[in-house]
Amino acid sequence: MNLSRRSPLLISVITLVPVCLANAAEAVDARNYPGPAWSPYIVGACIGVLSWLTFYFSDKPIGASSFYATVAGFVGKLFAKRHIESLAYFKENPPRVGWEFVFVLMAIVGGGIAALTGGEFVNEWIPPMWEARFGDSIALRASVAFGGGILMAFGARMAGGCTSGHGISGTMQLNVASWIAVICFFIGGMAVAFPLFKL
Amino acid sequence: MIDPGKAVKQSTEKPEPPVAGASKLITGAIFGLAFGFLLQKGGVGKFNILIGQLLLQDFTVAKIMLTAIVVGMVGIFILHHFAKVNLHIKPTRIGSNVIGGLFFGAGFALIGYCPGTAAAAIGQGSWDALFGMAGLVAGSWIFAEFSGALKKTVQKWGDMGKVLVPDLMHAPRGIFVVIVAVLLTAGLFVMERIFPR
Repeated sequence: MNLSRRSPLLISVITLVPVCLANAAEAVDARNYPGPAWSPYIVGACIGVLSWLTFYFSDKPIGASSFYATVAGFVGKLFAKRHIESLAYFKENPPRVGWEFVFVLMAIVGGGIAALTGGEFVNEWIPPMWEARFGDSIALRASVAFGGGILMAFGARMAGGCTSGHGISGTMQLNVASWIAVICFFIGGMAVAFPLFKL
Repeated sequence: MIDPGKAVKQSTEKPEPPVAGASKLITGAIFGLAFGFLLQKGGVGKFNILIGQLLLQDFTVAKIMLTAIVVGMVGIFILHHFAKVNLHIKPTRIGSNVIGGLFFGAGFALIGYCPGTAAAAIGQGSWDALFGMAGLVAGSWIFAEFSGALKKTVQKWGDMGKVLVPDLMHAPRGIFVVIVAVLLTAGLFVMERIFPR
């Protein structure tokens, strides 16, 4: 039990080590890099309308994070089928190719169409803002992104959703859990982003 | 009373096969395509815009989210009032919402994408999101390993079940929705004034 309580702490320490080892250059400003193609109000309104449609036609809220748990379940079953099936999370949410699964897969394609039609296909391994701050090491960027992903997914599963499931779908239903979670997303995010990019 | 819409649709409780039916997969694909398209056009597949929000330099993310909340909320509560849709409410468990939320945020600052926007990022050729996605899969697995223990501990802290903000405040839902919509819209106008980007 002790291990399970300490594990989030352990994960965060492991993740932050490569960041602290990197000698950061001077502070960067996000406004020096490309902005959105469309007005955020138009995009936001369209996502709101898209939610009506997913509720009405599919009886589903928009959500993304469960996709990754499904992939984890499928991959895990290749190596240790019985063990994966014995875990509480996968007992309640057995991995299956369902609505949420194709939703996220096709979001990749949708993002690709939007980028190609808008002349915004970047084809890069390191975001320019990251490079200005931490240099051009792909290994560093990859390890921090991987560690951040671990922390993020652990948090999403614990909180019950991500920026889509809680941040958009839950908040618009005025769910108490979602408003608590989304406020904590931004508090946690600022607490790490400020030292990372501004100190 | 959370879900009077159940009277209309009752099909969701059946044990589900490993692969969903064609109609579910097709609608999921169409809606996913639209979602990814919108995320990329909104710029939220871009590392600097997402990190810029956490640094309070670029308010694109907040503007998109708040607009989506206002538009989505009004429509969904109207549809729900006329029993055309079900609400999908996740249980409020203050302990895990807060701790999980903070971990999510910390991870967000490191990866620079969220689970949905990472998909849009890959679509636009930001390949570093692939490492982030691999981490998301690994993190989901790690969570599953501890899910039994967490269920007995953290998930019990402050468990309030499925609850909406208006119910908590004993306010009528309709009026509450109107008030929130007006306040958030006003907030967006102020935000646009102070933070043009």
